[in-house]
Amino acid sequence: MTNVGIGARAPGALESIQGSAQDRRRPVRFGRIWPWVVFIAGFVYFFLPLVATLEFSLRARPAGAAYTNVLKDPQFSGTLLYSFVVGVITIIVSIAIIVPTAYWVRLRLPRIRPLVEFVTLMPFVIPPVILVFGLIRSYSGAPFHLTNVSFGSDLLLVAAYTVLSFPYMYRAVDTGLRSIDVRTLTEAAQSMGAGWGRILLQVILPNLRVSLLSGAFLTLAIVIGEYTIASFLIGQKAFGPYLSHLGQNKSYEPAAVSLISFGLTWAAMGVIALLGRSAQGRRGGIQVAGGH
Amino acid sequence: MSFLVLEGIQKRFGPAVAVEDFNLNAEKGEFVSFLGPSGCGKTTTLRMIAGFEVPSAGSISIDGTDVTNRPPNRRNVGMVFQSYALFPNMNVADNIGFGLRVRKRPKDQIRKRVAELLELINLPDKGGRYPYQLSGGQQQRVALARALAIEPEVLLLDEPLSALDAKIRVALRKEIRSIQRQLGITTVYVTHDQEEAMSLSDRVVVMSEGRVEQIGPPPEIYNFPATPFVASFVGTLNLLPATVVDGASGRVSVDGQEIVGSKSVKPGPVTVALRPEAVELGEAGGANRLRGTIEDVSFLGSIVRTRIRVANDASLSFDQFNDPALAPASIGDAVTVSFPTEATLILEGTASATAAIEEAIAEV
Repeated sequence: MTNVGIGARAPGALESIQGSAQDRRRPVRFGRIWPWVVFIAGFVYFFLPLVATLEFSLRARPAGAAYTNVLKDPQFSGTLLYSFVVGVITIIVSIAIIVPTAYWVRLRLPRIRPLVEFVTLMPFVIPPVILVFGLIRSYSGAPFHLTNVSFGSDLLLVAAYTVLSFPYMYRAVDTGLRSIDVRTLTEAAQSMGAGWGRILLQVILPNLRVSLLSGAFLTLAIVIGEYTIASFLIGQKAFGPYLSHLGQNKSYEPAAVSLISFGLTWAAMGVIALLGRSAQGRRGGIQVAGGH
Repeated sequence: MSFLVLEGIQKRFGPAVAVEDFNLNAEKGEFVSFLGPSGCGKTTTLRMIAGFEVPSAGSISIDGTDVTNRPPNRRNVGMVFQSYALFPNMNVADNIGFGLRVRKRPKDQIRKRVAELLELINLPDKGGRYPYQLSGGQQQRVALARALAIEPEVLLLDEPLSALDAKIRVALRKEIRSIQRQLGITTVYVTHDQEEAMSLSDRVVVMSEGRVEQIGPPPEIYNFPATPFVASFVGTLNLLPATVVDGASGRVSVDGQEIVGSKSVKPGPVTVALRPEAVELGEAGGANRLRGTIEDVSFLGSIVRTRIRVANDASLSFDQFNDPALAPASIGDAVTVSFPTEATLILEGTASATAAIEEAIAEV
C-alpha cells in the first residue's frame, strides 16, 4: 500500500518538473484567453439586462409609445426635478459639513479620525427605515411640527439624505486631503495673513475638486433612486416612489424610465471622468516636476 | 533695541523639552541661521517666530511689538517651506499675489507688485505657469517671491534648499542672499547644512538638543567653538583624548606625548580638538609635535587628507595641498606632525562625551 502511494505520487512530481519548461509559455496563452472570457462574461452580465429592458420597452404599440408616455407625463419630469434639486441641496449641505470637519480632523485632531470615520459609516449600520422613523418621531411633534407643512418634510428629507451621503463624501474628501500637503499649505496661507474662511474656500476646496465631484456624484445617484425615506416622508413627490408606483401600474413605461435614468447617470459619470482627467494630468505634472 | 527679540523662549511638548531658554537679539537686516542636527529644536523655534507654535515660556517681539500670542495670520512674517507649499490650484502670479489679495490691495497695484517680484526672482515670463510646470528650483524661487510680496518684517526660511540638487542649491543660495541684502530684510534661516549656514549668515546659532550652544559670526563659530559640540559639528575636527599634565600652563599629554594648549585648563580628562588644516607634516608647523604612523591617505582633488595614528585610542587627520611633485606617503610610514599652540583647542570633557558628539554627528 505504501509503495503504491509513493509510486502514485512520483510521476506527478516528475511531471511538474518536466512541465516547468512548458509553463513558461502557458501564462501567455492563458493571458490571451482569460481576459476575454472575463470581459465577455462581465459584458453579458451588465448589458444583457439592459438590452432585454430596451427590447421590452420597445414592444409598446405604437412604436416608442412607452418613451413618449413617460416624457409627456408631468409627474416624471416633476419628480425627477424635485429629486435632483433635493440632491443638489444635499450635496451642498454635505460638503459644508464634511469638508471643514475632515480638514480640521486632519490638521488638528488626527487622533479622533477613527471615531469620525465610524460616525460617518453609521448609515451603513442603521437601516434607512429606522432613520426615517427616528426623524419623524423626533420632529413631527412639539415643538417642531415639521411634518405638518410640506417644506418641513422637504427639510427632513434633505437632513436624512445628508446623513446618507456622509460615508461617500467623507471618504472622498479625506482621500483628496491626503493627496495635498494640508498642513503646509494652511501654514503658508496663514503666514500671508489668510483666515480660516479664506483658507478653506480659496486653498483647500479648489484642490479637492475631483474628490468633491465623485462624492457629489455618488450622493446624487443615491438621492435620485432612494425609495424608503422618501416614501415615508413625502410620498410620490420624489422620483424613487414615483418609479415604484409606475412599476406597479404600468407595463412598458417602467422599463423606459429605467433606461432614461440610466442614461442620465452615465452622462453624469462621463462629465466627472472628463473633469477628473484634466486634474489627473495636472497631478502627473507635479510628479514630473518633483523629479527635477 | 534689536529688531527681532527672542527672550527666554521655551517649548515643551508634554514632558519632552523641544527648546529651552532660547535668547536672540537680531538687528534689522541681519541674516541669522539656526544650525543643528535634526531634532535640535531649530525648526520649532522658527515656527514660534512664525506663530505656528506658542512658546511655553518667554516672549517674542518684532520691531518693539510683543507678538508672542498673536496668531500667524496677524503677524507680518513671510515664510518659505522646504516643500515649497505653492498653492497647486493657482498660477505663479496668483500665488505671489495671494497675500496682497488677503490685504485687499487694488488690482492694478497687485499686478505691478507681482511683475516686480517676478523680475526679482528672474522668472519674468512665468507668471501664467502653474507650479507643476516649474522645476523645483523655480518653484522655490516663486515661494520666496510669494513670501516677500507682503513686505514682511521678518523672512523665515525652513530648510528651503534641502529638496534641491546640489548645483541648484548653491546657485539659489547665492540668489537668496543677494535678494535679502538688496531688500535689507531681517531673515532667519534654518538648516542642518553647516556650509549653507557658514556661507550665508551674518550670525549663526548652533543648537543641540533644544539648547543654544553658541551664537556668533561664522568665523568665530569655526575658529573659536565654545563647546565640544560646536567644535565637532562645524567643520571637520580631530578629537584626541588626553590627560592634564599642568593645567595652569595648558600642558596635556596624549598617550605620553606632551603638547601645549591655547589656554589653561582644569585638571581631569580633556579632549584636544584640532582642525585638519592647522596640522602640518614635519616639524615646521608649530611648537606642538606628535609622532604617529600613517593609517590612510585619501586624495580629494585639490587637497590630500592623511590620517595618522598617534595612540591606541587616538588618530588625527591633516590636509596638504595636492602637489604633483610630491611623493605620496605610504601607509605604515612613521611620521611627525606639528601644529601651533594657538590652534590647539583643549575642551573639557571625557572621551565618552566625545563619543556622544561623534554619534550626534553621524546621525546628521
